[in-house]
Amino acid sequence: MIIEYTGAQKLKGSLLFFEPVAGVQYGEKVVIRSEEKTVKGKVVALSEIVMLIEILGEPYGLNLDDLKVRFTGNTFELGVSETMLGRVLNAFGETVDEGEDIHSEKRLAIGGSAYNPAHREYPKDFVQTGISAIDGLNVLVKGQKLPIFSVSGTNTNALTAQLVRQIRSSGKRSAVVFAAIGIKYEDARYLMQSISEGENFDTTSVFLNLADEPSINALLLARSALTFAEYLAFEKGYDVITVLYDMTNYCDALREVSSSREEIPSRKGYPGYMYSDLASIYERAGILQGKEGSLTQIPILTMPDGDITHPIPDLTGYITEGQIVLERELQQKGVYPPINVLPSLSRLMNHGSTGLHRRWSAEIYAAYAKAKKAQMLAAIIGEGEMGKAEHDYLAFGKAFENRFITQGENEERTLEETLTIGWELLKLLPPESLTRLKAEDISEHLNK
Amino acid sequence: MAGIISISGPIVKVSIGNESVRIQDVVYVGALGLIGEVIERDKQSAVVQVYEETEGLMLGEEVVFTGEMLSAELGPGLLGSIYDGIQRPLDLLGRQMQKGVKLDSLDKEKLWHFVPSVKIGDSVTTGTLMGIVTDKSDFEYRIMIPIEKNGVVSSVVKEGEYALNDTLIELDNGEKLSMLQRWPVRMARPFKERIASTKPMITGQRIIDFLFPISEGGSASIPGGFGTGKTILQQTLAKWSDADIIVYIGCGERGNEMTEVLREFPELEDPKNGKRLIERTVLIANTSDMPVSAREASIYMGITIAEYFRDMGYTVALMADSTSRWAEAMRELSGRLNELPAEEGFPSYLASRIASVYERAGKVKTMEGSTGALTMIGAVSPPGGDFSEPVTRYTQRFTSVFWALDKELANARFYPSINHISSHSAYAQSVDAWWDTISPLWGELRLWLIEVLQADEKLQRIVKLLGSEALPEDQKLILFTADLIREFFLQQNAFDEVDMYTSPEKQIEMARALSALNKWWQRCFDEKGIPVRVLKEQEVVNELLSSRLGVSNSQLEWFSEWHARMEAQYESILLTFGEIS
Repeated sequence: MIIEYTGAQKLKGSLLFFEPVAGVQYGEKVVIRSEEKTVKGKVVALSEIVMLIEILGEPYGLNLDDLKVRFTGNTFELGVSETMLGRVLNAFGETVDEGEDIHSEKRLAIGGSAYNPAHREYPKDFVQTGISAIDGLNVLVKGQKLPIFSVSGTNTNALTAQLVRQIRSSGKRSAVVFAAIGIKYEDARYLMQSISEGENFDTTSVFLNLADEPSINALLLARSALTFAEYLAFEKGYDVITVLYDMTNYCDALREVSSSREEIPSRKGYPGYMYSDLASIYERAGILQGKEGSLTQIPILTMPDGDITHPIPDLTGYITEGQIVLERELQQKGVYPPINVLPSLSRLMNHGSTGLHRRWSAEIYAAYAKAKKAQMLAAIIGEGEMGKAEHDYLAFGKAFENRFITQGENEERTLEETLTIGWELLKLLPPESLTRLKAEDISEHLNK
Repeated sequence: MAGIISISGPIVKVSIGNESVRIQDVVYVGALGLIGEVIERDKQSAVVQVYEETEGLMLGEEVVFTGEMLSAELGPGLLGSIYDGIQRPLDLLGRQMQKGVKLDSLDKEKLWHFVPSVKIGDSVTTGTLMGIVTDKSDFEYRIMIPIEKNGVVSSVVKEGEYALNDTLIELDNGEKLSMLQRWPVRMARPFKERIASTKPMITGQRIIDFLFPISEGGSASIPGGFGTGKTILQQTLAKWSDADIIVYIGCGERGNEMTEVLREFPELEDPKNGKRLIERTVLIANTSDMPVSAREASIYMGITIAEYFRDMGYTVALMADSTSRWAEAMRELSGRLNELPAEEGFPSYLASRIASVYERAGKVKTMEGSTGALTMIGAVSPPGGDFSEPVTRYTQRFTSVFWALDKELANARFYPSINHISSHSAYAQSVDAWWDTISPLWGELRLWLIEVLQADEKLQRIVKLLGSEALPEDQKLILFTADLIREFFLQQNAFDEVDMYTSPEKQIEMARALSALNKWWQRCFDEKGIPVRVLKEQEVVNELLSSRLGVSNSQLEWFSEWHARMEAQYESILLTFGEIS
């Protein structure tokens, strides 16, 4: 028997003030019905005088005088099953594509619980993205969380789609969970088309949240996607890579929900607990002892006004293990993907690459930094005034951007190919300037 | 009956029925028994800060008051342990944190070899040594009469194996004493008096020991934006500082990073005695995804454990990474309590809380009469790398050393990225006397380094506008000397076998070499106007530079050989310059 309660006291924004009901749990999922409309809700505060329900949907059309609430007795849960691979789902794990309904194998609370650091395995296995700027210079390892800091005006959609299509671990079973958060319809259509055309779509799940959905759905969606990813990783043994795009939309949704709850804001109106909240997302990456699978995260965010000190990239940077930074200037030069490697960093690279690979990478970094300096100098005094050494670096810089960084939207480079291009470029420089490589590296790979 | 009357995040209000409830008492909330602490009390109800996720709690669920404040369990077995913020042993908790789990912090079954040091009829008081327990790595736990206990010993056990709760000593007033003590974490443990500290805590990090030293019992802050190397520096200090005991608190930081510490410390060798580093370390790990109120408590937990060892007469170094997360936890809880915010949403008591934490550092005469020290080093993570934010500012005010990490240095992969212009230390004068026992030159060399670096800082402004070629030769000399100081002395590779730790003796040698080289450059320039470009392109300069990684702490005779070569080299330049060309 379904019992519905009346007792609504007040509606304000997306909050419903309701008379307290015995036995209701903090965080419980509820169903609100008013006239012909049905929406989900969540209990966000409980006291003996009043109970606060957050409405997960559009509040319009709700009539206070005719409003009934059913308490489900459960906190938010997601039905999960391996058959969700190859499908498109919403924040509640319901399918939104044309396929059949999914029979879930079990239900899991989407809040997750913290991983015990004493039972984590330290990440150390290389994951290939097929993108030279990442695989070569900022290695991603299994269990890492490595964000992409994008700026508006760069082709982030294409890069996101390419990553989702290409990235797979070398493990037995590999899957990608793509959480599209607060995406415009136009972008969503492009992403969906581009991803579903890829040959790996049957091992990809898309959780889709459009920009015009209620903000709270963005918060739920990220957690649903990660709950499914954890299920695949730690119960089914998959190496899962979760791509979350765009975390800026997530944070803005968090701000909106917080302000509607009349919480005290901190920097730029974002709630004071945004660090903890983001941590509860990003820290759901890792490898657990005694479990076969792994969960790797690539959160993608757009730096508002290109500002890396804005709270969203700033707090993200404090939690994640490095960052890949995109740059509009490179995009304008026609470089795709427009990754500026100088401010980019993977903190776990030392554990996921060989000594030779690291020396090679240090050499390329140093050379590109010098090339950048030479470019600046050239802008002041003109190329004609510069010496041979500077000219070498200028040539290296150009080749680096055009041959190493630049690749096709469908081009999937192996690590081997990436390294080979790097060695070719290093041949442009006098061998005595290559101080980060060992002598035998030079003789073996540069024939000098 | 006591029960829940309202829930908002980690803040739960409960009715207290007929119970007697004191502020800061520990409470078990709900059917699962989530652990919490009373932070507000009125006639009929109490507000509880819950250390675990509250989702799923219901109104009316039962609440149990333990009548005890949040306390640390103190006794043999602490060293080598890994705890969460409320002292639950992490290796006994599951892969993912479950709710309401209550575990003993210390193993109550294990037997320890106890050697009593009092006899029947002795009159004892707080801090009297009652016996010694030596653990398997030969560390001596000095078991003291707990605070506020005193009397005459009426019975004492023989030397032998005892568990933590076994009665070892009885006093004439019926008091039974064991090895185990409990102490409420939010209260500072008492001592006789503070004493001035004149010994530096040697870290083996040149820029710290030489330019910005910290004394035993001092306090320091390490502010720095993300990617500036705060955590690496904290870990380096934990590995190399010459304290007897290390307490490392990972407060609201990355899970994988904590795992790295947990994996690495048991492997690392203690440079002092060849034992494992973990054998003198207590780790507290509260990662950023663990509940926020336990993060708030973890700092106090760590300090209390550190004070326990201080009271035995040891020197303890406590590293907290990062205190910003602790301050933010306070902000979050304060917001849930609807307190009026001050700056940036932080509660108005932020400054006094920061002060009261760092004031628990110090060198003291213990209740026993021995000398113990607690040195505190807190990392600060300023949003956007902006040092004008409240946590950085107050921390700077209440600590005596400020190691400011610099984004530009870090981007240039220059580590440790401590900015030598904006950092400062209040202990340089007081530790001078100790350095005299190593070499009387320390004070003089230190001043010389600072002078050169400051002169260089001024010149850099001109260089930015006009390029270094525009400077006259004597100023170029300063510029190149400063370059050499940075490259050779200030920069230090935490991962290089030789460079990771520099003994005080080698630090003196390195600084002395730089100063001697500079004197010769100056002389060559003064006497013959030899350009700096020629002076710095000598083989002896390269030799010196490569000695940073090539000459170990035990090969100091290399420096006297180098001095001889260097002097001969410049002597001959002085003689021959101008004649050939």
